[in-house]
Amino acid sequence: MKILVCITNVPDTTAKITFTDNDTKFNKNGVQYIIGPYDDYALARGVELREATGGSLTVLHVGEADADPQIRKALAIGADDAIRVNAAPIDSYFTAAQIAHIASQNQYDLILMGRESIDYNSGVVHGLVGEMLGIASYSPVMKLDIEGNTATITREIDGGKEILKAPLPLVLGCQEPISEWKIPNMRGIMTARTKPLNVVEPVGQATLTAPEKYMSPPPKGACKMIPASEAETLIRLLQTEAKVL
Amino acid sequence: MSVLIYIELDNGSIKKTSLETVAYGAKVAELTSTTAVVLALGSAESTELEKAGHYGAAKVLHAADGKLDHENNLAYADALVQAAQLEGSKIIILPKSGLGDAVAARAAAKLKAGIVSGVTALPDTSSTFKVTRSIFTGKAFAVTEITSDIKVLVVRKNAVEIDESSLISTSATIEPFNPSLRDSDFQATVVSVEKADSELSLTEAEIIVSGGRGMKGPEHWQPLVDLAKALGAATGCSKPVSDLDWRPHHEHIGQTGIKVAPNLYIACGISGAIQHLAGVNGSKCIVVINKDPEAPFFKAADYGIVGDVFEVLPKLTAAAKSLK
Ligand SMILES: Cc1cc2nc3c(=O)[nH]c(=O)nc-3n(C[C@H](O)[C@H](O)[C@H](O)COP(=O)(O)OP(=O)(O)OC[C@H]3O[C@@H](n4cnc5c(N)ncnc54)[C@H](O)[C@@H]3O)c2cc1C
Ligand SMILES: Nc1ncnc2c1ncn2[C@@H]1O[C@H](COP(=O)(O)O)[C@@H](O)[C@H]1O
Repeated sequence: MKILVCITNVPDTTAKITFTDNDTKFNKNGVQYIIGPYDDYALARGVELREATGGSLTVLHVGEADADPQIRKALAIGADDAIRVNAAPIDSYFTAAQIAHIASQNQYDLILMGRESIDYNSGVVHGLVGEMLGIASYSPVMKLDIEGNTATITREIDGGKEILKAPLPLVLGCQEPISEWKIPNMRGIMTARTKPLNVVEPVGQATLTAPEKYMSPPPKGACKMIPASEAETLIRLLQTEAKVL
Repeated sequence: MSVLIYIELDNGSIKKTSLETVAYGAKVAELTSTTAVVLALGSAESTELEKAGHYGAAKVLHAADGKLDHENNLAYADALVQAAQLEGSKIIILPKSGLGDAVAARAAAKLKAGIVSGVTALPDTSSTFKVTRSIFTGKAFAVTEITSDIKVLVVRKNAVEIDESSLISTSATIEPFNPSLRDSDFQATVVSVEKADSELSLTEAEIIVSGGRGMKGPEHWQPLVDLAKALGAATGCSKPVSDLDWRPHHEHIGQTGIKVAPNLYIACGISGAIQHLAGVNGSKCIVVINKDPEAPFFKAADYGIVGDVFEVLPKLTAAAKSLK
């Protein structure tokens, strides 16, 4: 089976989000980057399926060279090779078009992504890629098993879940508990250094959206403390003061 | 030329978040001097769909085919594209949800439309078409221009204020709609559906009572459930709680779980890690109950009680019961 896992390169979940250049650029200063947490789940399940069924696992990132350490990490976790499309992933449509282009040349059986990137949190790249390739896409996927040419998928729906059986190829947006995040071991780190990381240039696709300006949320007012001994007064305050009951 | 609004049904009723999306779409139609048309997929009574009119929609296209009762992003996207072509719509609006995003994405790819998900306010149409969206899980916002001819917007809860007094009495007209559905959209077979129907869904709930590791174990959840019942609230939890299987996964709130935006969020024994806050920062009012006065959650709270959840919760429940 040929598997493609698409990863993002995003600020660590604890990173402070600030902007520079008159609020037109994200401030990367002092920010630690990671593989997107959902992508990390997709990668972990991809590695398990690759080990169980043989075949190959390629990781793909659309982005600039500063993502290479995260791509190497994915190789250390168990991907066989990597492709980086050398372009800033500013717009979902543009990013999806790059991924669809790579996929159309390689006939993957399974394209695994995260449920959403945690920087721009769109949750749309899998659907865009699925449609561009003319294959089915599902998200968020909590469990995935493959038997022959059929995937059994547990997908989260509003207030519950459902189990689907669908033929490959598929594009899936993954989330926990599909697998446990994997940490690279020493051997993985050593072999990752020599695994291929192919950098390719983007194909022509105009961007259809353009971020113009960023804003931080308004500062939070002070928290009103209520003594535990008078806890019941909270309910009255919620009704008369906050007007939320 | 109308603004096309995709809505979600739950057992034939329009979801509350979708009614908000209709109100949002109707305002966009007003801004762009056109009408708002709703697309409803699956079985529903006309009397229910007519309600979209109260939120400003002129017409509802109703594809009543029973094949559409099951959530199917592939078929829904096909139907949405056909409706957009029929109506000549340049602006398509959907509510933010796993399904809404999936349908929006596939429709955008078919229509070669720019797509922005997580929109938090009405667009600025004064010169170009700009929307504000939530990014970095609510830790920031971006103003984004959409340059394509057709535009797809996926809208978050609370993007417009609707109060009952602003509702209008006109009903929407219902027009049957028969999209041609492709067999390839129905290749997946549904093995089972597990849905807790009696429970209020987190994304729809106006009040959420949520528990963390401070609740000590699944057997101690009753005081929290009691408060939720007294307030008509949904229940949620932190990630470790669902990881430990104390509570079902669909209750997990935060950066890697569900993002909620209720009027009132009550956090019981949750420390307030940044990844948890990322899922609740759209809430209007946050109450934190924690025995540790240094718990980071207090910094994000509107009201706080330093105390033991097992002493505080019964008091709140008693007070909540006496409200009614
Ligand atoms: C990439 C990543 C993604 C993550 N995503 C999420 C996410 O989506 N959602 C999420 O929730 N977490 C997420 N986490 C985990 C997060 O960092 C925290 O570990 C988690 O939120 C802590 O859960 P908690 O507050 O329930 O537990 P704890 O941190 O253990 O806090 C328990 C709290 O209960 C209080 N307490 C104990 N006993 C009592 C009592 N009797 N009465 C009152 N208070 C009491 C304690 O003072 C403490 O503050 C993520 C972490 C990472 C690294
Ligand atoms: N720049 C990118 N490079 C590779 N994969 C991406 C990129 N952006 C998004 N993806 C994939 O698409 C998923 C959904 O992203 P998004 O629609 O941005 O929330 C992510 O979890 C990734 O798996």
